Formats: sequence, C-alpha cells, structure tokens
Amino acid sequence: MIRSLNNYFIRHAQNCLGALGNMVRQPVASALTIAVIGIAIAMPSALNILVKNGRALAGGLEDIRDFSVYTIPGATQEQAENLRMRLEKDTLIKSTQLITAEQALQTFRGDGEFGDLVSALNNNPLPHTIVIRPTSAAEPAALQALKNTLLRDPRIDLVKLDTGWVRRLNAILDVARRAVWIATIMLVGAVIVIIGNTIRLDIQNRRAEIEVSKLLGASDGFVRRPFLYTGFWYGLLGGIFALLLLVISLWILSGPVTRLVGLYGGGFEPFGIDGVTLLAVFLISMAAGLGGAWSAVARHLAAIQPRV
Amino acid sequence: MIRFDSVTKRYDKGRQALNNISFEVATGELIFLTGHSGAGKTTLLKLLALIERPTRGQVLFEGRNIGRLAERRIPAHRQQIGMVFQDHKLLEDRSVFENVALPMIIGGYAQREIRGRVRAALDYVGLLDNEKHTPAMLSTGEQQRVGIARAIVARPKLLIADEPTGNLDPELSLDIMNLFRRFNEVGVTMLIATHDLGLVDQLGGRRLVLEGGTVKADY
Repeated sequence: MIRSLNNYFIRHAQNCLGALGNMVRQPVASALTIAVIGIAIAMPSALNILVKNGRALAGGLEDIRDFSVYTIPGATQEQAENLRMRLEKDTLIKSTQLITAEQALQTFRGDGEFGDLVSALNNNPLPHTIVIRPTSAAEPAALQALKNTLLRDPRIDLVKLDTGWVRRLNAILDVARRAVWIATIMLVGAVIVIIGNTIRLDIQNRRAEIEVSKLLGASDGFVRRPFLYTGFWYGLLGGIFALLLLVISLWILSGPVTRLVGLYGGGFEPFGIDGVTLLAVFLISMAAGLGGAWSAVARHLAAIQPRV
Repeated sequence: MIRFDSVTKRYDKGRQALNNISFEVATGELIFLTGHSGAGKTTLLKLLALIERPTRGQVLFEGRNIGRLAERRIPAHRQQIGMVFQDHKLLEDRSVFENVALPMIIGGYAQREIRGRVRAALDYVGLLDNEKHTPAMLSTGEQQRVGIARAIVARPKLLIADEPTGNLDPELSLDIMNLFRRFNEVGVTMLIATHDLGLVDQLGGRRLVLEGGTVKADY
C-alpha cells in the first residue's frame, strides 16, 4: 500500500541508490561485470562507426567517381561547351569541367614520351573532353542510366564510366553493414544474458530476505524493484565504460586513419562519435540492463515462496 | 473475526494435515493451539497467513473467505497479520532496527513514523538499547523478542505465533508469553501454537487442542 506519492519517490530513490551501494560493496565482481558489458557494447558500436564512416569515405572520394565524356572528332568547341552546360544542370551531376582538344594536346605535348609524337602531327586528333563529377548521392545504377542516355547523343563518341569500383565498394559496405547488424544483435543478446545471470545470482544470495519480505506481505513490485535497479545500473555503467573504450580506440586510430584518408585524397573529417551513436549506446545498454534484470526476476522470483 | 468452516487440508504428497475442522475466534481473543507435532497447528496458521489454501471448506477472516483470495491480494492480507516463528527469521545482515522496521517499509509508511514506532516496539520488548546490533550479537531470547517487536510494529489486527518459546528456557518462555498477553490486552487477536502445556496451564486462557488434524477439545 502506498501511503503517499512522496513516499513512492522516496522508495524508488532508496532502491536506486541502494542497488548502487550493493555494487560498490562488491567492487571487484561488479567492475568485472561492467567491463565485460562495456566491451560487448563497444565492439558493435565501433564497427558501426567504421561502417558509417566507410560509406562517407566512399561517398567522399569524389575524384574516384569522376567519369569522362568524349565528343566525336569534328565537334566544335562551342558544341562541347553547350553540352557541358546542359550536363551541369543534371541533378545527378555536381560539377563539370571542359578540357578542349587544344588543352588536351598541350598536356600531351608536355609529356615526355608523347611530346615528340604530337609534334609530328599535322592536326589535332584529340576530342574535347568533359569531365563529370557526380554528386555523392548518385547511385551507380542512376549513373549507368545517364551513361546510356549520353551515348545516344550523336555528338558524343565515348563515355568512360567505371562504376564497377564504386559498386564493389558499396557491396562490400553492404555486407559489412549486415554483418555489423548481426554482431550487434548477438552482442546485445550476450549483454542481456550476462546481466540476467548476474541478477539471478543476486536473487539466490538474497533468498532469505525475499522469503521474509514475502511473508511479511511484500508485493511482487516491492521485491522486484531492487533487482531491476541493479540491472539498470549495470546497463548504464556498462554503457559509460563502452563509450570510454570507444573514445580511447578512436583516439588511437585517428592518426593512421587520417593518413589513409589523405592518401586517397579525401577531403572529409576523420570520424568521431556523433550524438546519435552516443544516445544509441546509452539507450541500448540501459534497455539491455533492464531487460536482463526483468528476465531473471520473472523467471526466478516467483519460485521463492515463504517457508514456515 | 476468524472462522474455520469444515476445513480440510491435504498436501500434494497425500498427507492429511487438517480434517474437517471448525471453530471460531472472536476479535481480541487469545487462543493457545496445543497438540503434538503433526497435529496440524502449523498448517492451521499457514492457512490463516495464506501460505497454503484449504483443500475443502472455508477460512473466513473478518467475514471474507480468504481461501478464494486472488494471488495479487495476498500481500495486502499478510500485512494485516503479525507473525512470530520458532526460528526467528530475522535478516542476519541487517540491524535490529532495520529488521523491526521491515513490515513498515513494506507497508509504505513515512520515515518519521517508522522511526517512532520501531523504537516504541523495541521499548515494549525491552531492547531499545540494541537498536544498532545485528541479530548475531544477541542471545536467543533477545532474538525472539526482536521477532515479536517486528510482528507488532505495524499494529496488526491478528498476531499468530508458531512455537515462539520453542528454543527458550522456562523463565524466558514465561516472559515471552507475558509479552504476548500484555499485547493482547490492547485488543489484538492472537493465536499461539505451542506444545508446552505446562506454560499454557500457568497462563490460563482458551485453548484449542488439536490431534490428527481435528479439534479434540476447546476450552
């Protein structure tokens, strides 16, 4: 019977802090359990961050996705420029660049091996080139469709589009994303089982107290509460430890990763923990904590009845 | 206040603990339940505390048939009953104060009220100075008295005691029984199971003699 709402809050506060106090009284056992939970939560989170940033990387390596459109020989510069301006307006295309036949020739002239060959030529055999940079959101399928459309234009001779590379990278990332999902589910499951087992042992250790309480008329909620709070604390502290591990790991990795990204010419920010990941880690760990505690309580508490 | 109406209790293993037993207890009465072990005294008290349900018949508490009480209402029912056992059933890792306070914490009373009543109960059994001790630090008699303090602290309507003096010497036993008697004078209904007939003779009062699960005598 609750005699006042004020009491209700006081009871919850007492249970909440009491549960924490019990954990502090067994520091080594509690710390080990928290460490295991933290590692189990940190791993999928780290993989998640890597995959997320892998996709950003794939999207961010812009020049890898560039493709070139070559005009037919004999097309005028004006025609090439018109074509370029038309393409620039396409939603799939971020920017375009026209390399005229003259500019192309100049580039070759300066290039040792070809230089002599070029000098021997009477006229310029090179076409105009439009270098197209697609947007990072453009999917390979859409780009392939664009290529097919362009090829139908009589002024265009050749479209060099190799979506294979990007498709492969995206495919790898899709596999990775699914694998990370599976790993996350398994590891969160492991956390629930670990906490459930810890609570089960806690219930067994406090058997006498539970029996006496039930004998004196304690409701199921009264008996349950301390154990649920214990599960909550394990979840929360495990989550905090997981975040600590993540921060440290990312800090260790940040040096090499920045260098790797630099080698690929990427111009995006090296990864960190964003707000969404932070919230997700906390919510998942607390939910796992409460879930584990609830399953242990549901299964073992009812079995303990007063013995006279 | 209490009425047993043709109550039979048979346990799952086939043991018949109570056989068609009927009697009544008025509010404020003090009754001794006597009989040899196995006569059904403990079972009778278990039925009152809803630790067991009757196989047949009705157990009426304040007019209500508690044998048919829903599971979720059992805690509220037990909160109305103070219980004393032969093995004191105190929590070893808590202080005397915390042990006695337990029924009131369960009942959701305010801290201040708990403090006052726990101290009053401890004073009543003469253990106010032992508030901070743990049960292990107390003698058997003192432990039993803590059990009694816990049973009375929430001012229950009914007090049941199962062999409360079982482990004690005659002098202590008499002291304990006098505690019960004094509390009964305040108006609390009591059922005390005991096989110490000498003690019951000394104290006098109504006794219900059980044998083989039936009422052999009631005087």
